[in-house]
Amino acid sequence: MNRLRAWFLAPTWTVVITLFLAPLAIILGYSFLTRGVYGGITSPWTLESYQRLVDPIYLAILWRSFWVAGASTALCLLLGFPLALFISRAGRHKNFYLGLVMLPFWTSFLVRTYAWMFLLRDTGLLNTLLQKLGVIHSPLPLLYNDGAVILGLVYGYLPFTVLPLYATLERLDRTLLEAAADLGAKPWAALARVTIPLSAPGIRAGAILVFIPCLGAYLTPDLLGGGKSVMIGNLIQNQFTTARDWPFGSAVSLVLMAIVMVLLFAIARGEGESLL
Amino acid sequence: MECVLELRGVSKHYPSHHAVNGVSLNLARGEFFSLLGPSGCGKTTTLRLVAGFEEPTHGEIRLNGSSIQHLKPYQRNVSTVFQNYALFPHLTVRDNVEFGLRRRAGNHIGDRVRDVIDLVQLAGKESRRPAQLSGGERQRVALARSLVLEPDVLLLDEPLSALDPNLRKQVRAELKAIQRRVGITFLFVTHDQEEALSLSDRLGVMNKGHLEQIGTPEEIYLQPSTRFVASFLGAVNWIGDVGVRPEAMRIAREPSRNGHRSRPATIVHSTFLGNCVHVDTRLSDGEPAVVEISRLGEAFAPGEAVHLWWEPADELRFE
Repeated sequence: MNRLRAWFLAPTWTVVITLFLAPLAIILGYSFLTRGVYGGITSPWTLESYQRLVDPIYLAILWRSFWVAGASTALCLLLGFPLALFISRAGRHKNFYLGLVMLPFWTSFLVRTYAWMFLLRDTGLLNTLLQKLGVIHSPLPLLYNDGAVILGLVYGYLPFTVLPLYATLERLDRTLLEAAADLGAKPWAALARVTIPLSAPGIRAGAILVFIPCLGAYLTPDLLGGGKSVMIGNLIQNQFTTARDWPFGSAVSLVLMAIVMVLLFAIARGEGESLL
Repeated sequence: MECVLELRGVSKHYPSHHAVNGVSLNLARGEFFSLLGPSGCGKTTTLRLVAGFEEPTHGEIRLNGSSIQHLKPYQRNVSTVFQNYALFPHLTVRDNVEFGLRRRAGNHIGDRVRDVIDLVQLAGKESRRPAQLSGGERQRVALARSLVLEPDVLLLDEPLSALDPNLRKQVRAELKAIQRRVGITFLFVTHDQEEALSLSDRLGVMNKGHLEQIGTPEEIYLQPSTRFVASFLGAVNWIGDVGVRPEAMRIAREPSRNGHRSRPATIVHSTFLGNCVHVDTRLSDGEPAVVEISRLGEAFAPGEAVHLWWEPADELRFE
């Protein structure tokens, strides 16, 4: 039986080791080496890449990544919760609405992000329309700022909050809401005191599923931030391409990963306590 | 008799069926009233109409003399003990009990909560979560959570059905004792005739959305107004148009004396039930009849020719 299990798991382990653990070990090794003149890496071993991270320029990028990811997550939850609540109570139309939520996945994320650029740029649809209507006289700076990046991230990751929120709200025992009303709680009070606390697992899952990819996002800040709103993802990409500083790129990647793991661990701890 | 809750011709119609049809009843303050009936008879829907979870299609519901059928559940001074208790799993026992009190501010909240927790014997378990309680304890939290609000009517939807049978009788006695002590009007929904008979001051028997009969347990059991009520509350032997309860029948080896009704019958089988014996017999016309006799009396063998007799006063007659 155990031998059989080992055989069944073998493909998974092969994939995990060759495509995940081995590259990770390589990145770890790179991060302690010196950059080569034309990219690549060379000896000697050094901690320099990690020491450079405390430079205020990089700390600012780290901080910006956190707040952009945090704001995007908060907005996703704020928009996703009412939507998930609505879908969970939509009766037999549930699947139709869930289908609509997932519809954007049918088109490439890159294409959808470009579409936002066409909408937001100075000569884009929105600015042209507003100017034609005489609402504004010169184009609004809608593109290439933090707001545009957050908009793009919220747009891209909203389904990832809606789905786990829907899953918990769907399972919520309706008699609990009847009980709340029965005990004198008006609909808003019942929402605050029963529905939201009991959907904590969905809120947590939705927040994790959005915050982590947003923290490491590079496509959206690259296209909608236009290099003005740099996040960690762009920094890492830059080190491996134009800057040709593989050791520093590796170090930043690992620090980002470490932060994410510490966060996940803290959330898991908090979850364990709240269940007691 | 002060009337606290009144239903006047209340109906609830769904597209597919009529769940409640023209139900009228009055509850006196402090009364323990049960709605008894088989599943699907509309008793739970009636309770939900009073609670405000459903709106009646026709009719009027009056609480303390004023119409409430258009009020939301949170605007009615009635409270429900749900069949599955519907305790808030994320809150402690104390927070569950205090849930409805939050808005009705006052310094006496602490005292009232302590009193009601003592009343349902949950002292010392205030900081537990529902998941850490037994079935009986959960039931008492649900009761305390409603009682603390001092509702005009407490609505109980089969609150004992989720408990195991051994516990049920004990909790039943506690429930009655608590109701007497707090003096709150109870509207109790059940499909268990023994529960309804033992707990209620009065009860109403429902069938297919109609209230078939309202009365005290004795009236309902001894003078049922319809065949349905007679059969739903205990066993009935049907002899022609007349019903006779098994415990009202006797078995004799000789034809009975004057003044009694008597029928010849054959013993089929005897079942010893501990406190009594159930004798299955067959009347001369082939119809079965069950007689409940004392285990201390005579014993009868299968195949024996006997006579069943009963007092005319024990006959259940229907128009």
